[in-house]
Amino acid sequence: MTDQMIRTRPAVEPRTRRGPRAWAKPVVLAALPLLAAALPYLDVQVPLLFDGPLGSPGVLHVLSLMCVMAAVAVTYDLLFGFTGLLSFGHGLYVALGMYTTGIVLTHTDLGFAGAVAWVAVLGLVVPLVLGAICLRVGGIAFAMATLAFGQAGAIFVVRDPLRITGGELGLALPYEKLPEPLVGVINAGNRYWLALALLVVTYAVVRWALASRPGRVWRAIRDNETRVLVLGLRPYAFKLMAFVLSSFLASLAGLVYALIAGGAHAEVTEATFTLGLLVMVVLGGSGHPYGALIGGLVYTYLNHRLGQLSTTLGGPLSEPLFILGVLFVVLILFLPGGIVSLVRRTESKGGA
Amino acid sequence: MTKATEGTMLSVRGLHVHLGESHVLQGVSFDVRAGGVTALLGRNGAGKTTTMRGLLGLVPRRGEVILDGEDISRLPTHEVVRRGIGYVPENREVFAGLTVQENLRLAERPGSRHHYDLVYELFPRLKERLKQRAGTMSGGEQQMLALARALLNDNRLLLIDEPSQGLAPYLVAELTEALARAAELVTIVLVEQNLRMVQRLARDAVVLDQGRVVWSGGAADLLGDGELTRQYLGVGVAKA
Amino acid sequence: MSTFILLTVTGLGLAALYFLVASGLSLIYGLMDVLNFAHGAFLTLGAYTAWVVVDATGSLLLGVAVAIAVGAVLAVLMETALLRRMYGSHVPQVLLTVGLLLAITALIRSIFGTDALQLATPEWMNEVTEILGAPIPNNRFVLIVTAVLVYLAMSAFLAKTRYGLIIRAGVENRAMVTALGIDVRRAFTLVFAIGGALAALAGALAGVINNAVSPEQGMSLLIFAFIVVIIGGLGSFRGSALAAVLVGLLQQYANFYGAVGAGDLIVVLMLAAILLVRPQGLLGRAAS
Repeated sequence: MTDQMIRTRPAVEPRTRRGPRAWAKPVVLAALPLLAAALPYLDVQVPLLFDGPLGSPGVLHVLSLMCVMAAVAVTYDLLFGFTGLLSFGHGLYVALGMYTTGIVLTHTDLGFAGAVAWVAVLGLVVPLVLGAICLRVGGIAFAMATLAFGQAGAIFVVRDPLRITGGELGLALPYEKLPEPLVGVINAGNRYWLALALLVVTYAVVRWALASRPGRVWRAIRDNETRVLVLGLRPYAFKLMAFVLSSFLASLAGLVYALIAGGAHAEVTEATFTLGLLVMVVLGGSGHPYGALIGGLVYTYLNHRLGQLSTTLGGPLSEPLFILGVLFVVLILFLPGGIVSLVRRTESKGGA
Repeated sequence: MTKATEGTMLSVRGLHVHLGESHVLQGVSFDVRAGGVTALLGRNGAGKTTTMRGLLGLVPRRGEVILDGEDISRLPTHEVVRRGIGYVPENREVFAGLTVQENLRLAERPGSRHHYDLVYELFPRLKERLKQRAGTMSGGEQQMLALARALLNDNRLLLIDEPSQGLAPYLVAELTEALARAAELVTIVLVEQNLRMVQRLARDAVVLDQGRVVWSGGAADLLGDGELTRQYLGVGVAKA
Repeated sequence: MSTFILLTVTGLGLAALYFLVASGLSLIYGLMDVLNFAHGAFLTLGAYTAWVVVDATGSLLLGVAVAIAVGAVLAVLMETALLRRMYGSHVPQVLLTVGLLLAITALIRSIFGTDALQLATPEWMNEVTEILGAPIPNNRFVLIVTAVLVYLAMSAFLAKTRYGLIIRAGVENRAMVTALGIDVRRAFTLVFAIGGALAALAGALAGVINNAVSPEQGMSLLIFAFIVVIIGGLGSFRGSALAAVLVGLLQQYANFYGAVGAGDLIVVLMLAAILLVRPQGLLGRAAS
């Protein structure tokens, strides 16, 4: 019995189809981000789904979070779904992005540009070092190593030995140091566009990387590492490449996350955050082009919405993680391919 | 054990096994006559070990496997083995952390008599080392233990995979004699590269190449024909 | 000197907790290739079950006993109803245990709230006994003695019984065990039950040590238990014991003699070191 999880992708990449369907896909792909960008202008009420019109700051905030988390999920699936690396410490890099921004802005004289520069540098160096260590082992040992380093990060943030992270309370960003267009309730729309841009760019970069030669090697490593060795390639180097790219992008997402949330918070360092990422990618459909993206959007939305509704829902339903946990279990048992595989099934019935 | 001497002990039809993306066995079919030794031969990579593992259900397989009239193709490994099959794998696979005695005890199948007398008669060295951890024994001793495990119970069929591998010549001789004794008691399917051994023990032979049966018949006929032997096994038999 | 004694005993107490959680995890992984995140749920469940029983009856002993039973039963249910469907698919199995951990912990949170609940323990447990000038809380002795008893009982079980034999062999080579005609699935269920029982016991005892139970207890203990399992060697029962002692003691010493949080960081460094130098763990078998 093979791991269904990782094998629910087409055996053959879909070729361009002739006829009307040929242009349908690119048009939809181009239209979606445009449509998404237009949302702040829409004074539309979406009952049940959102507590307010689409253009309102509250809803835009949720949408921004959804975009950021979807971006992180996409970076996570690069490792998990496409290279076959199960990491339990991905949250560390999101935290890295968040806390570097917070610490640089709060404790140094550097401005926003400096913070961005530091995030970029650390986002490359830290995963390079940690990845080099963790990737010395494979499989479960690798997963545990990433968990341990993630935990080390959590300890550092919460115990705060250097007195810079704000411990359990988190670290608010000093708004006077942030670019004006991103500050304040009025600019919720701008922050939303930033988050959307992050998602689009992250997605594009990851797709591009996956289509490149290293990308093909990553998939080969996921499917059969021995064969990669036999071909004379060094899996270690390629795995490290995937690890660094994925973590770097996650750090950038962390920076944007801090902007959206107004600061860094310790929740991101906890193991449950990375476990949430895992749920996201599996929910959406791991190893599939837009599976992680969908999963990230849906999960974040549900987590938020269920939290909002928790006062009206009783008992266990008041805990979003209960519903999501149960959903996850049901998913693993009955629909391991995630949402994407559902879509696929209806697609195949339509004939392709 | 009372040995069945007539009829077909094992019938394999259209055995297919996929390992990863490789179609390792592509419709293997052969019969094993009851009583005596059937040698399963072929070059490295031909699929001999995979055939054994397929018969036992240790790898997912498709096809028909009939043991003494009973269809075992859909059964899980432990059920297959309980029908009376003893398995001596390539690499022995004795439990290194357990003592010799524990290895044997673990092999005791409920519902069968346990032939310790036979085992100790064939392999007196094992009796001396009962409290020794199997991992600290030599290759030859481990091989004996692996074989002893298979002989311990009332079995109808033994599947033995390359027992002589890595053993010194004098041990191979001892092993051959032990197998000859075993062959008096139970039907055996033997995978072996050592053709002298095959010559001494085997009545029938089945040759595999690239996942298919390419020849079957009397062992003497195959080994006596230098041309055939070279063609299918890539090696000649030294005149005994 | 007395501080050192105190640190050593509390370190051993911590080791006892780690051992109880890690030993089950290690055997489950060794035999079944399942990385059981749900263990964290057993921990929390054990703690809260004990709390409920103590709240209702006032008897800690009964509370702990019921917690163990609940842990074992839940583990059996989980294994037979859910995990069994996924044998052979390692990644989905891990994911399943993750989902169960999240769901069960959230369920407990929804019923009992996120704040810590006071656990009423007998007076004598909170009193101290002086050993060489060090004031040691009696509950630590309880913890250590329990862990030692569990260690002895489990060792005897593994060494002397048939199931113990099957488990030891199965951890080494599961396929060969089936090739001997043994149905390993019963051993799986048994190992899972033992793991669940021990984790629940650990959760209840952690509650005793802290005089309180809270929903986060499970997760942090679980992560350290995972680290102990890797350092000791996946599948090695003795390895878990050894690693638990090393980690527990080191953590206590470093946290006191070093900076705040130094002990926890040192443990992570220990893990990194083991992974680099001896990935199979202290007493684990090298990958074949």
